[in-house]
Amino acid sequence: MYRYVVKRLLFLIPTILGVTFIIYLVMNITPGDPARALLGVSAPQADVDALNHELGYDRPFLEKYVNYVTKMFFEQDFGKSYFTKQSVFDEIWPRYIVTIKLALIGIVLSALIGIPPGILTAVKQYSLWDTIPSITAFFIAAIPAFVFGMLMLFFFSLRLNWLPSYGATSFAHYVMPTLTISIPPAAQIMRFTKSSMLEAIRQDYVRTARAKGAPERVVIWKHALMNALLPVITQIGLSLGVLICGAVVAEKLFSIPGIGSLIIDRILYKDEPIIIAGTILISICFTVVMLLVDLAYAFIDPRIKAKYTTGGGRE
Amino acid sequence: MAEQSGGPAGASFKRQSQAREIWRRFKKSKGALFGLVLLIVMLAVIACADFIAPYRLATKQNLAKKLAPPSIEHIFGCDSYGRDIFARVLHGGRTSLSIAVMATITSCLFGSLLGAVAGYFGKKVDSVIMRSLDIFMSVPDLLFTMAVVVALGANFINLLIALTLAYFTNYVRLVRSQVLNLSEQEYVEAAKAGGAGSVRIIASHIIPNAMGVIIVNTTLNVSKIILYESTLSFLGLGMPPPAPEWGLMLMEARAFLRTSPHLLFFPAAAIVLSACSVNLIGDGLRDALDPHLKS
Repeated sequence: MYRYVVKRLLFLIPTILGVTFIIYLVMNITPGDPARALLGVSAPQADVDALNHELGYDRPFLEKYVNYVTKMFFEQDFGKSYFTKQSVFDEIWPRYIVTIKLALIGIVLSALIGIPPGILTAVKQYSLWDTIPSITAFFIAAIPAFVFGMLMLFFFSLRLNWLPSYGATSFAHYVMPTLTISIPPAAQIMRFTKSSMLEAIRQDYVRTARAKGAPERVVIWKHALMNALLPVITQIGLSLGVLICGAVVAEKLFSIPGIGSLIIDRILYKDEPIIIAGTILISICFTVVMLLVDLAYAFIDPRIKAKYTTGGGRE
Repeated sequence: MAEQSGGPAGASFKRQSQAREIWRRFKKSKGALFGLVLLIVMLAVIACADFIAPYRLATKQNLAKKLAPPSIEHIFGCDSYGRDIFARVLHGGRTSLSIAVMATITSCLFGSLLGAVAGYFGKKVDSVIMRSLDIFMSVPDLLFTMAVVVALGANFINLLIALTLAYFTNYVRLVRSQVLNLSEQEYVEAAKAGGAGSVRIIASHIIPNAMGVIIVNTTLNVSKIILYESTLSFLGLGMPPPAPEWGLMLMEARAFLRTSPHLLFFPAAAIVLSACSVNLIGDGLRDALDPHLKS
């Protein structure tokens, strides 16, 4: 088993390097003038050139990339913001925590909201318990997350005055943003749970369990559900991308000081160091969570475990 | 699938009857028909937008009518600059839907080509493409799109590039697995044994059989891109401001939500209706093209 874990952990290194490379490359398609941005419009050209040289911005692309990555990994140095002239890392880190908190609460919440109706619709197929949640999920799939957020904002905050409409200081502040980001992936998870569960119910081992006289409750909860939930775990991992997208939207909509709203705000000022660093940090978090999902899957699924513990016959 | 068509007349007969068969199955689903009618009506209204409400109405500011609620003169009301929301929704539909359709087509072509190359050539080509894709997919879509828009600037073409890059990955995986799967089928083996070359096998066996899955996915992708594009313009990454666009209209509605909810309602309804109709058609097509699935 540990061989699989080590293999996956090692693959993390080229992935993270690849991710940083792609982002750095895209942001360098139209190279800006970093020293000009730092010193301002009125600074003399000689000073600008000198600072560009000092910072290494007049080097070829690959050299700049290698410098950036080594500084990033070994000194947590992402450069200085063009806009606030502060260290990018100091500015981003507290906001990064907020975004990650939001996304993690969102992923747990979307699984909690999505899985139970998914099971219900499959077990009670063709009844009202199936139709109503399925139609709801169908409509949710056609509503963008920010529209949800705005509807909640309108009803719960502006009309009923139950919840605060912006900021992130108390529990009440997190209610609407986390719901905004978790409802669209919850609908996806529900649909996926339903089809996975329906497939499991039709399997031979479920028929065997029924035939040997196991009560329906045991058949559904033990035999069908345990097998149906395996692919759902992968689906939850995959919906993390949707969640991060939602987090950016929710931060913007509810004025939460997270990394997404920071990036969006700085796009206006072309604050490249912030945008690059923010994108890279979120992508790294995304990659690590995907890895954890894969590893969890391997630990839960006896088939993958067997492939690696017996030694031979892998792949 | 049958390959006994004798001559061009037989081939065209077979194709027509297959299309008719799919249409017959498609029409059985009320939801799918409803979606189709809804979409056709919406497209017709959007196509005639210039006759119903000229473009200048969508951008003409009239501060006297600021935030006016729906009335006979302005059936959807006016926004914070006094622009007619009805005209803006219509012309916004033109932008949003044409971007969605074009981005779907470009991502489908680009992704399918890459997937077919990976699946058909296999071995090294395959692993290079798939490993790069894994890395590429480790950047969340929205962040990548942001980076592209920041680097290139926000306009129609760059938005198209950004959306294509965010959505082509699905097709690479899909087409690759289809090609891998289909080339192991017995009729492909039979064709090979019969002396058919790679071009003939791809053109007359693999592409027609992979088409169904690709069409269904493409339809469902259109609605995903409609939602994604509206999210981008909501975040200010879409077309630059005076242009009417559904997401952008919603962003402008945010500040006036308390007093003027009609600013939220109409563009949001437009997004939801168009995405719903496309999804209904996609679900109907899935059932019509693949009778095995629905059993």
